[in-house]
Amino acid sequence: MTTVISVPPSLDEHTFEQVIEQLATTPEGSKILLDARHARWASPYGLTALLCVAQSRTERMGFAVPENPDTVSYWSRTGFFRYAAELYDMHGSVPRSREAHESDVLLEITPITKSDDVHGVVGRIQQKAADILHGQLNLDTAVTGAFGMTLSESCQNIVEHAGLGGWVAVQTYKYTRRLGRRVVVIAVCDAGVGFRKSLESSPGHRHKDRWDDAMALEDAVLRAVSRFRHGDAGRGQGLAGIRRFVGRWHGKLTVRSGTARLGIIPEWDEDVPMTESLPYFPGAQMQIIIPERVGDAPARPRAAATATASRGRSRM
Amino acid sequence: MIHIDVGTVLRGTVCDLYSNLVTRPTGAAVRTAIERQVTEIGAPVVTTIDFSQVNLLDFSCADEIVAKLLLRYTSDDGPPGYLTFRGIHEGHIDPIETVLERHALALVSWHEGEAELFGYVDDDERDHWLAVRDNGPLAAAAVATLLDVPVAFAETQLERLARRRLIMRHEQTYAVPGVVPHGPSAAPGTGTGMQ
Repeated sequence: MTTVISVPPSLDEHTFEQVIEQLATTPEGSKILLDARHARWASPYGLTALLCVAQSRTERMGFAVPENPDTVSYWSRTGFFRYAAELYDMHGSVPRSREAHESDVLLEITPITKSDDVHGVVGRIQQKAADILHGQLNLDTAVTGAFGMTLSESCQNIVEHAGLGGWVAVQTYKYTRRLGRRVVVIAVCDAGVGFRKSLESSPGHRHKDRWDDAMALEDAVLRAVSRFRHGDAGRGQGLAGIRRFVGRWHGKLTVRSGTARLGIIPEWDEDVPMTESLPYFPGAQMQIIIPERVGDAPARPRAAATATASRGRSRM
Repeated sequence: MIHIDVGTVLRGTVCDLYSNLVTRPTGAAVRTAIERQVTEIGAPVVTTIDFSQVNLLDFSCADEIVAKLLLRYTSDDGPPGYLTFRGIHEGHIDPIETVLERHALALVSWHEGEAELFGYVDDDERDHWLAVRDNGPLAAAAVATLLDVPVAFAETQLERLARRRLIMRHEQTYAVPGVVPHGPSAAPGTGTGMQ
């Protein structure tokens, strides 16, 4: 018997939990069909996480493609079907792969398995990122380099920690529901070992009274702990840098791993900083949202002053 | 004095298509190539690492190149000589300062003919370094007069800076690395920035 897992009509980091909930109650070894026929929209997080679903089980799953032609066309332009067809048994009409010409697809879904992939992603996106971040989102030019760094460090987490390839996608769209502004969104998802197991593999790791996915996320994201920190004090700076970037540009960062989800939440959003006891899903799924700056008021309130002051102190 | 263009090293050792210093393996490969060049040339007095051809620098590469080179130079068994930097633009500052603070390091960078100090230094170190930069080459007594501090205190601070390779000691005077004094017995304030 095949277990049908429904993909919500609007698939983002919140509604993706519905997919994980259904998956979690399906025993290993079951025949699974992911039913996306009624899907109408998906964020970069939703699409990259859907690819991770296929990697999360040993048995090959089926995938029913959306019925709406506009949805199929858009998912095709993001590169989704190119990789989905390698991972799923596809059901329904799958269009031939096409290049993404749409300006809102800043970076098509791109596999990340090795360091060279990170160079490719950062190199490909640079000019387009500058045009969109500065031109469309009204952010000052300094954002472009920091955006590239953030993209590089988030992709390197897959290469260095996941133990399994993952996916990255970058897109801009109007974030109507929460913000009423345009945003740029980076999604980096993998179905690898996750933060807890990665940190446990460090020779310096000591089990604490309480040790779980939430603690591992706090250690990695908030305290810059890395499995490589033992013997190399320079490790763990990537996520700290991402956190600073998000704070400076008034953005939002969420990282889900295992059974927990940690968020760095700006005032424009009502999400919670930590969610625990979620249904288990392997690996790490990260989303970064940077909003458009509106008017003269910079979209980088409190944290920006700290960053600038720190720089000013040293550069004499 | 030797000058090493990091952009050229990147394209020559890792991939001739790359213009961004990203990922830890890339940073490690570039650092290894720089160390090899320095060794082959034979430990020059001042080695300048030039980032002007580097577009993007991430935290991993800043740590592998800047922090690890400085850690090696400032270790007890490190090579002789001094490391200075140039071509550090606004986009490089955040990753470089982050790794310097993480390791409690500091560096001297040259920008438009003037030396700058980045990283982890306390107020006394900074004051003494600035006095040497703006007035050097200087003896400890002259620095003490400028800052209105006891000579012994100035000597301690200057020796700390010298151990950290942030200033050079030549006989009884101190100068910022990259400054060449005019003549063997140059008067204070007559050094020339060479970067």
